[in-house]
Parts: sequence; C-alpha cells; structure tokens
Amino acid sequence: MKKLLIYLKGYKRETILAPLFKLLEASFELLVPLVMAAVIDKGIAGQDRPYIVRMCLVLVTLGIVGLACSITAQYFAAKAATGFSAALRHSLFEHIQNLSFTEMDRVGNSTLITRMTSDVNQVQSGVNLVLRLFLRSPFIVFGAMIMAFTVDVKAALVFVVTIPLLSIVVFGVMLISMPLYRKVQANLDKVLLVTRENLSGSRVVRAFNKEEEERERFEECNQTLTDAQKFVGRISGLMNPLTYILVNGGIIVLIYVGALRVDSGVLTQGQVVALINYMSQILVELVKLANLIITVTKAIACGNRIQNVFEMHSEMEDGLLEAGDVAAEEREAVVFEHVSLTYKEAGAESLSDISFRALRGETIGIIGGTGSGKSSLVNLIPRFYDATKGRILVDGRDVKDYKLEVLRDKIGVVMQKAVLFKGTIAENLRWGKGDATEAELLEALVVSQAKEFVDTKEGGLAFKVEQGGRNLSGGQKQRLTIARALVRKPEILILDDSASALDFATDARLRRAIQEMEDSPTVFIVSQRAASIQYADKIVVLDDGVMAGIGTHQELLESCPTYQEIYYSQFPKEAGADGR
Amino acid sequence: MEDKKMRQESQIAAVKKVFRYLGKYRIFLVFSMLLAAVTVALTLYVPKLTGKAVDYIVAEGLVSFPGVFKIMLQIGICTLITALAQWIMNVCNNKMTYQVVRDIRNEAFRKIEILPLKYIDSHPYGEVVSRVIADVDQFADGLLMGFTQLFTGVATIVGTLGFMLSVNVKITFVVVLITPVSFVVANFIAKRTFTMFKLQSETRGEQTGLIDEMIGNQKVVQAFGQENETLERFDEINGRLQDCSLKAIFFSSITNPATRFVNSLVYTGVGITGAFAVVNGSLTVGQLSCFLSYANQYTKPFNEISGVVTELQNAIACAQRIFDLIEEEPQVPETENALHLTDIKGHVDLTDVSFSYLKEQRLIEHLNLNVKPGQRIAVVGPTGCGKTTLINLLMRFYDVTGGRIEVDGTDIRDMTRQSLRAGFGMVLQETWLKTGTIRDNIIMGKPDASAEEIVEAAKASHAHSFIKRLPKGYDTWITEDGGSLSQGQKQLLCITRVMLCRPPMLILDEATSSIDTRTEVKIQNAFARLMEGRTSFIVAHRLSTIREADVILVMKDGKIIEKGNHESLLAKNGFYAELYQSQFALGTGPNASGIVPVDNSACC
Repeated sequence: MKKLLIYLKGYKRETILAPLFKLLEASFELLVPLVMAAVIDKGIAGQDRPYIVRMCLVLVTLGIVGLACSITAQYFAAKAATGFSAALRHSLFEHIQNLSFTEMDRVGNSTLITRMTSDVNQVQSGVNLVLRLFLRSPFIVFGAMIMAFTVDVKAALVFVVTIPLLSIVVFGVMLISMPLYRKVQANLDKVLLVTRENLSGSRVVRAFNKEEEERERFEECNQTLTDAQKFVGRISGLMNPLTYILVNGGIIVLIYVGALRVDSGVLTQGQVVALINYMSQILVELVKLANLIITVTKAIACGNRIQNVFEMHSEMEDGLLEAGDVAAEEREAVVFEHVSLTYKEAGAESLSDISFRALRGETIGIIGGTGSGKSSLVNLIPRFYDATKGRILVDGRDVKDYKLEVLRDKIGVVMQKAVLFKGTIAENLRWGKGDATEAELLEALVVSQAKEFVDTKEGGLAFKVEQGGRNLSGGQKQRLTIARALVRKPEILILDDSASALDFATDARLRRAIQEMEDSPTVFIVSQRAASIQYADKIVVLDDGVMAGIGTHQELLESCPTYQEIYYSQFPKEAGADGR
Repeated sequence: MEDKKMRQESQIAAVKKVFRYLGKYRIFLVFSMLLAAVTVALTLYVPKLTGKAVDYIVAEGLVSFPGVFKIMLQIGICTLITALAQWIMNVCNNKMTYQVVRDIRNEAFRKIEILPLKYIDSHPYGEVVSRVIADVDQFADGLLMGFTQLFTGVATIVGTLGFMLSVNVKITFVVVLITPVSFVVANFIAKRTFTMFKLQSETRGEQTGLIDEMIGNQKVVQAFGQENETLERFDEINGRLQDCSLKAIFFSSITNPATRFVNSLVYTGVGITGAFAVVNGSLTVGQLSCFLSYANQYTKPFNEISGVVTELQNAIACAQRIFDLIEEEPQVPETENALHLTDIKGHVDLTDVSFSYLKEQRLIEHLNLNVKPGQRIAVVGPTGCGKTTLINLLMRFYDVTGGRIEVDGTDIRDMTRQSLRAGFGMVLQETWLKTGTIRDNIIMGKPDASAEEIVEAAKASHAHSFIKRLPKGYDTWITEDGGSLSQGQKQLLCITRVMLCRPPMLILDEATSSIDTRTEVKIQNAFARLMEGRTSFIVAHRLSTIREADVILVMKDGKIIEKGNHESLLAKNGFYAELYQSQFALGTGPNASGIVPVDNSACC
C-alpha cells in the first residue's frame, strides 16, 4: 500500500492543503470550549450581558470560518483522491498491459479486472477519508490535550495518561481485526466460487445428482464465513465500550482534580467545565474514528492487492534491435536451435530440443496430438514466452535481441480463440495496421475469404461488431481475425488452428490465396487436420513436446509412424488401400 | 404516482419478509433494544451527573467534597454498566445480522439447486452471483447499521429531549427549533448530487467495459502491439471519470461540514439563551454545562439518521432482489409416488413429443422415436441448430410441452429425477470442472470408487498419461473451471468421469471437439467399448460415428427435419444427402471423412 502513495505526487499541494485546512477547522472547534469558559467565568460571573452576546457572536464566526475551511479541505481532498485514483488506474492499466503471457497465465484475467475496478475505488475512498478525517482525529485528541495544558498543567496530566491508553485500545483493536477482515473476505470469495460453479455447472451437477452434496458444501462455506464475521464483529465491537470507559474514567479523575484545584483557588468553575468538554470532544472523535477504521482497513487490504500486481514484473527483457537494424536478406526466416520450453511451475518440459529451419516464403505445417506442444512452439516466435533452453532466430537474429514491438510487427498471429472487439469491422482490421487504406482492408478480406460475408453485412466494413463478436458466427470471426493479421502484410504469418471452423473448401481456398499474395509470408499452420497441412513445404510432427518427425507429406508418410497414425485416422479409406 | 405507490408496497412487503427471517432471533432483537435503551439512558445521565459535580465545585473553599465523591462513584458505575451493555448489544446485533444473512444465503443457494434450467439459461451467471454475494452483503451492512445506529439514534434523540426538558423547557425549544435545519441542508445537497453520482457510475461502467474487453483479451492486444492505442482510449475515459468523480465526491462531502455548521449554531443558541438564564438565576452553571453537552448529543443522531435512512433504503432494494430470486418458481416437483428405477435397460420411447422454448417458435413437433437397448442415435446438423434440445429433454432439464418420453416404459415425469439422471452418462461440449482435486472431479458420479477403478477409467479415456505428469497426479488441485488445463485435457477428464460410473445410457455432445483426431480415435475406441450394449445419443460430427448409428436425426434451425439411417437418408436425397455430398464435393477428395458442417464452431 505504501508504495502506491507516489501516485499522490502530482497532487502534493492538495495532499498537504486538505489536512491543513481540516486542522484549521479543528483548531477553531477547539477554541469553542474556551469561549464557553469565558462566557461562564466572565459573562455570567460579571452579569455582563453584552459580553455574553459578543462571545456568542464569536462562536458563530468560528462556525462560519470553520465551515469555509472545511469545505476547502473537502475540495482539496476530493481532488487529490480522484487525481490519485486516476493516476493509479492509468499506471495499473499500463503495467498490466506489459505483463508477459507467463504472468497473465498465473494470475488470471478476472482478478486483474476486479483489481483495476473495485479495488481502486476502495483505495480512492480510503485516501479521501484519510485526507479528510484521519489526521483530524489525532489532531483533535492531541489538540484537546494541549488546550488542557493551557488551562491547567496539573489537570492536563490526566490527558497525558488517558490518551496513550486510548491509542493502545484503538490501534490494538485495529491491528487485531485487520487480518480478521482479510479472512472474512477470503471466506466470501469461497462462497462466491461455489455459487458460480453451481450456476455454470448446473447441468453437470444435476446429471450426477449432486444437488444435496453441493448444498452441504455451500452451507459449510457459508457457516465458516458467518463464524468469521461474528468473531471479527465481537472484537471490533469492543472498541467503543473500551474507549467509553477510558474517557469517562478520565472525566471522573478530572472532576476530582478539578475539585481539589478549585478548592485551593487555582482553577475556576468555568475552567473545569472546559476541561470536561475537552475530554468529551476526545470521545466524540474516537467514535468517529472507529467508524472510519473499517473503511480504511478495507482500503489498505485492497491497496495491497493492487500493490501485488505492481510487484509482478514481466521477466522478459526488451531487446535493442530497431526495425532498420536487420537486413532482410537472410534466406532463413525462422530458425529453432535446440529449443526447450518449461512453463513456470510446470513439472515437465512442454517442448524438448526442437530444431528446424523455415526458409523465407515457405509454409510450415505443425501437427500433433492435444497437449503435444503445437501452440507452445509457435508462441515462441513472437516471444509470447521465452524458450528456457536453446534459441530462436528470426531473420538471422535471436528474438531476444529485438525490441518486442519490432519483432511483433513482423509477425501476424491468428490465435486459436477468435477474439474481436467492439467496433466496426474496419476498426477491428486496423488493429493490424493503424493507417491501412480501405483498399488494403478489402484485399485482406479477399485473401481471408471473408469479403463475401462482409459484403452481405449491413454497412460492409462499417458493420458494428458487438463485444466479443457475439453477432458473428464462429467461422466468420475466424476469417476476420485472419484478415486482421493479413492487413499488416506480415513477414511471418502464424495460423494457430485458426481455420478449424472453416469447411475444407474454404480452408483450401484460404491457403491458396495466402500462397498467391505478393511477397507471400512465411506461414506457420498449426492444425489437427492432416488435410490442412498436407501441402506444406515442411511438416513438423510433435508428439508430447518432442519432434517426432519433419519433412514433406510424402516423406513423413513413409518414415514417421506418428504422422502415419494421425493421417490414417483421418483418411481411413486410403489406409485400407495402401496400408493393409 | 402509481409507480411510487407500488414501489412503496413492495418495499413494505420486503421489510415484512426481513422480519420473518428475524423472527427466529427475536430474543436477540428484544434484548438488543433493551440494551440500547439502557445504554442511551445511562450515556445521557452521565452529563447530568457531571453537571451536578460542577455545581459542587463553585469556587475557592466552596467545594463540597462528599458530594463530589458520591457523584464520581455514580459516574463510575454508570460507565461500567454502559460499556458492558454496549458490548453485549454489539454482539447481539452482530449475531442477529450475520445469522439472518447466512439463512438467506442458504435459502438462495437451495433455490439455485432446484431452479428450472430455463431460469439459469436465461440469466447471466454474474447477475445471480451478484444477488447472492454483493446484494446480501449490502443488505447485511444496512441491517447492521440499522440496528446499531437507528436504534440508538432514535433513543438518543428521545432521551436527550426528555433530559433537556427535565432541566429547562425554554432552552429545549431553542434546540428543537434549530436542529431540523441540518436535515433540510442534507436533503438539499443529496438531491443535487444524485445526477452527479449517476454520471459517475455510468462513466465507471464504460471504463469497466473497456477494461473487461482489453484485459480479458490481453494476449491479442499484445500480439498486435496495440498497448498504446488502448491506453489512449483508456486515458480518455479515465480523464472524464476523474472529472465527474471529483464533482460527485466534493459536492456530496459538503453535507458533513454544512450540518456541522448547523450544529454549531445550535450550540451557540444554547450558549446564549443558557447564559442569560444563568444570569437571571433560572439555571445553574452546572446545568448549562450539561445542557451544552446534550445539545451536542442531540444533533449528532440527526446527521447519522439521514445517512442510515439512505443506507436502509439501499439495503431494502438489495433484499428485494434476493427475495425475487428466492421466490422464483422452482422446477416442477416430483410426484409423491415417483418411481425410483434402479435397473434401467435403456429402452427409450419418444411418443408424439413436441417442445418449444418460446411459444411462438415451435422446435420439435410430433416426434416419434423408438430406441431399443444398445442402439445408437446420432444427431447431426449445423452448429446452433439446437442439437442440445434433445439432450435437455432426455435428461429432463426441460419438460416436453406435448407428448411423452418413456424410459423402460415409464414416463420420465413419473420417475425421480435422480434415478433418471443416474441412468445417463453425459459428456457435454462445454466442459465443466469444479474446484477440487482431479480425483474429486472424476468421482462425481461414483463417490466410493477405489483408486484402482479411477486409474482404470482414466486409462480407458487416455487421461491417465497427462494426469500422471501433473505435479501431484490425481491429487492436483485444479482451480475454477480447470484453469490451468487445456480444453482437450478438460474434456478427457469429463469423459473419465462417465467412464467411471458406466451408466446404461449415454449422451455425448460433440464431446470430442477439442481433442485432436489422433487422441479422438483412441477415445472413440474406448467409447465403442463403453457403448456396447448401452443406449447412446451422440451429437455427432464425424462421419464414422454417423454411419454406424442405428438412427440419424437430422436437425436444422432447431427442428428435426429428417430421420433414418445413413443409407435411407441418402436415398431420400434431402438435407442430409446435401450435407453429406457437400462435404465430399468440397473436401480434398473422396477420402475426406471428417464431416464438418458449415461454421461448426468446434474450435475454442
């Protein structure tokens, strides 16, 4: 949480002025008992009515000045808090955007989203409250003590004893309850999880007749939550009674000391009233503080969650190579040299000792079973993950030497999951290349076999895609994501099982169209369909992360058992013809 | 007007329901109220005592020590009793609130388990979850605050009024006249700030939408190097949000200082009238001092209550949303003498079955189908054609709107849901795993399975090899919806689940869509073994499955348009023939065997 405070930096003035004005207001408030004492001692004792009226006018003036100060303070506090959270959100968003795929896999998107939204809001209200009130309360407490000293030093010693005791109670309760609140939150998360699971899995739960069991599971989680809540409630409920005892104890002693001092003529009656008033003021402030503590405790917990995100650092170091630094003369577009990959916290290697070279303009097919590492392999080229052993060369240079931006600019990636964003088709396609002309967009649509259906959509390129591409079919989304990658005229095109929703004919036409593009890119096609990669220049066969074979269709059909197995499982007739 | 009245009525109804839940804990409620009264009375009595004490301390040599001591003792006793009462009251309120909340949550969850799937399918999960979690939480906060502050607040106002009246009537009037001003001020500000808060929450919603879309698809954003563009869009909204939040927060935060100013006016009013009264001799100094502290105490609850009232309104709105869920119509209950079939053979008869989700849109009409034990029924058709409808009916997730479905000659509405569903093994396209170990997930259908049985089932479905490689094997903890597993692996686990319990009937819904063909062949072999002698309904994609089926149901636009076996359907030369031909005509040759209908979204 502490480190987040640097986002207040741009609002130094407000951060200082807000509590300052608040303190000013508080000081005026502290003067009130003194004025009242004067009314009693001078006005009443001297029967001086004009004096009483004058003093009451002073009170009203104090109130007005206090109001002005307080409103100013509120303004500065609000300004600092909103400015703080805006800056925090900006940095957090930027930070999350620069996390590498490894980190994102580990944390998961959904918690990142709650941290960006509700957690930041909580912290914002926390900052706002702290600026406004958290300084005010201790100030009133200590201010009351100092004022008491101005009245009478000996009587003020009562304050010197009471205040530390009060702080022990307040901070003690706070310290004990803070981790308990965190526990409550964690228990609530569990209740939420079970609820979610039972909604998303309602069919499975019912199919397996698990309703009763799930109910017991829920009630158990719910009971744990309730117990935790009750426990923390009992502890934090101690704060008010304890402070009450301390403050009233202080008052009792004050009365006694006051009685002695008045009796010996050191103090006046009005001064005793003032002293008691100061003690009461402390009580009022502490009650306010107690109500605040929950908000602040929550804000700190949320702040720590945000801090955790900031502490996550992309382990990927950016390279230095700029776009112009590499001569595009290299014949080998992509080279894998003894590459292995172990995902973080994974037990075994996902890819082991992969070596092959892809020449400029070649088409490389990658095939293999589920979990055999096909996607992992292509993900290494745009450096979504870093190889744990060996190296990958693009245009003759290690991918780690490139600036990430430069490297990824060369590559068009079409991922397994077809993701489109809210906006027009044209806007979506321009993700590939910001300044693409309409002609370029249409060209990409033609190649990706998407033009036909885009033409039938209302507005064509201006057709509005809904969030997540809900208003398009799976095949249409896939073709648009391919078009998006093609718009940038990539040197390397990666199709990660991205034609799975296309029928064979469209798939074949798509591949042909890519081949026929001018400056045709080096293409990597990941697929489970043998037909999709059959005509590739080279086919890499993966089996459980190991390269089981590489070569053309014919070569592999003759020499690679894994490939044979895959191929014949999809083309059984041919198996009958020449297999048996 | 009408609207307002209705809203009020439903609010009252909600409050009544809340009290019904509270009924169980009414002892605590009564106790808490009593304690609140005690606390308030004693808290208010203490200033009166201090006032008396002050009157004993008049001036040099004029101090009555016995009087002072007596009062000191009284204050001490009062304080201890108050503190104790306050703590017990807190504990009572806590207990009451959280137990009521627990009861409501349990009831809501119980309802979720028996809601018709129609409800679950038509409501976003997030919405239901937010009712059970966020709404209940809000409600709890409101309730607790209501108990602790409203009670004591009202008691304080009444109590102080009484005490003040007992001291001096005239000055009391001054206080009563000025105080409501703070109400007016608070109300005035609240009305003005409402639109600002609305704008703020709208802008916030817009920003959350962007965050959701961009962070949710961060990988695509990075792949296309769109970080800066996205950040720019984000910043634009962020800037607007900053502006409107500032306004909303600032204007609403004026309330506090403004009401405090009103309070200081009250204080001054008491001061001036009180001081004159003392000068006139109708009041003592001690009485003035205690009056001043009453004036402070009296105005405070007014500020709090205006906050509590909005909080309570909010809590009641939340309670209404939860009650809506709890009162939702549950699925048709089982008849009292529903049969519990144990030894199901797998004879399934559909007689004149009609079904539609919406009245206007009839999907299945007059379908007749007779399935003998061990037969295979393949359902084919383009994605989105409603193939899952049939599954919904067979498993009785939905009830037929006409005709009947019989299993072994018994109408499925006359048997327990449990026995019907236990008769089916189901693997859906959308894999679902729950948080727990791999083992927990596999044994869902057969909780008492031995370790050997589990491994055997996992081997049969080819899941064993990947499970073995996980850090803790079968005891590996998987998080929400199987997070770290690949789609294919998740599907293998779901298949293992069915493999383990070997039910007499099977429902396989595009179950192999995310598994590569090579693994699939292995699984299909395993399935073939499993299907032997078992009635199976398969939403099929592969030609081989379809050709081997005894009956093929061809669906289009949610309707079953053709029925028959492969040969008879080809001979019919209808939609099936067209679908089949198109695969061959467009495929890479006569060898293409993957029947993959147009736009099948088997990816993902």
